[in-house]
Amino acid sequence: MSQVHYLTTPLSDEDVENLKAGDIVYLSGIIFTARDAAHKRLVDLIENKEELPFQLDGAVIYFVGPTPPKPGDPIGSAGPTTSYRMDSYSPTLIKHGLKGMIGKGKRNQEVKDACKKYKAVYFGATGGAGALLGKLIKEAKVIAYEELGPEAIRMLRVENFPVTVINDAYGNDLYEEGRKQYEVKD
Amino acid sequence: MREIAYDDIVEAVKNMVIHTATNLPEDALKKLREAQEKEKSPVAKKVLEQLLENADIAREEKRPLCQDTGLAVYFIKVGQDVKIKGGLLKNAVNEGTEKGYIEGYLRASTCDCFTRENLKEKIGYNLPAVIHIDLVEGDRIEIAYAAKGGGSENVSRARVLAPAQGRQGVIDFVKEVISDAGPNPCPPIIVGVGIGGTFEKAAISSKYALFREAGEPNPDPDVAEFEKELLFELNKLGIGAMGMGGTQTVLAVHIEKNPCHIASLPVSVNVQCHSSRHSHITL
Repeated sequence: MSQVHYLTTPLSDEDVENLKAGDIVYLSGIIFTARDAAHKRLVDLIENKEELPFQLDGAVIYFVGPTPPKPGDPIGSAGPTTSYRMDSYSPTLIKHGLKGMIGKGKRNQEVKDACKKYKAVYFGATGGAGALLGKLIKEAKVIAYEELGPEAIRMLRVENFPVTVINDAYGNDLYEEGRKQYEVKD
Repeated sequence: MREIAYDDIVEAVKNMVIHTATNLPEDALKKLREAQEKEKSPVAKKVLEQLLENADIAREEKRPLCQDTGLAVYFIKVGQDVKIKGGLLKNAVNEGTEKGYIEGYLRASTCDCFTRENLKEKIGYNLPAVIHIDLVEGDRIEIAYAAKGGGSENVSRARVLAPAQGRQGVIDFVKEVISDAGPNPCPPIIVGVGIGGTFEKAAISSKYALFREAGEPNPDPDVAEFEKELLFELNKLGIGAMGMGGTQTVLAVHIEKNPCHIASLPVSVNVQCHSSRHSHITL
């Protein structure tokens, strides 16, 4: 049975161990945004043993490229983007302390294995609910790679940001299990 | 010859672009509400609830429904008794698109396909638009518009089947595409299928099919029957809203059928996410 959790970032190993695929989590605290281009730069920094623009230990990364904010708003619409484009980078980040990722869509086996080995989770947020999710972001600040525009790394402060655990640290996958439950075989 | 001013086209397109980004049309809303009622999975039901709430927030607060405000795609029918005064139609549509995306605080999502550099400086903010123009009878210009997101385009596919594969081959191919897509195109989706024609005719037809009101059947009763059959087959997949498992994966199937070469059976599947942002105007 799916459980509801309220968690504040950064996430600990214990936080992650308590989560099961299908659980609903309301996240609060600081999370970081990054898409393909920013991921490539983060992984390059790790490989060159250089300092990252934020503390990766316990961090949660949100795969999002928001719309420009209207005057007075911290951010525009900000729902998740499709995650597989980050699959080749995520395992390296997980190995170096990343605890959570928020996106939408399937991850590959390497990412799922890294979640299991280093205790991390992949959360799904509702794609196409950008207006609703953007409103739950209370502060946003570009902290690196401003030249990447929507793909720059932003620090976000969120309050009760609703996500669902897709891949937990035990190898479970909600996409596979959920579908099996409702599939009609001929 | 009726005259339409270039600037009037720019203005009308701009307003349509801004409106469409924040207002989910009634046909799409109706389909989402029906799905929310019918859905058996509590998790998927919750997702559908969020989508309806998102549509309310977007409309009331004029916030884009989705951060992926899409590439601008147009199907334009130009009456042959119309003269456009002051410039080219394509330029007017591109100019209106750019103004709409800037003034509506929408995202610029066009980039060079290899360097991935955003083209907002080099070509224009979210330009170029994808524009299909057809010359028709009359003295009006009809502009149908869609803000087409990347996630659902990424899972779309075309294939030329052998004629012997026939109807069953089409069913199998469409099922394969939607099954492989799983959660990625933001289900519940609308599926546009172009059958017949040449390779590119099938692809363009599958896009054009998505410009119909959600669930409006093809006027040919046989094709409409095939749409129903495919809808039933696809909803057996169990993918559900956002792929979390459920009974409501596909909101509608729209088929456009064309005569084809004796040697071929082209099929194209173009997927539309649940945020089916479409509008049309007549000038």
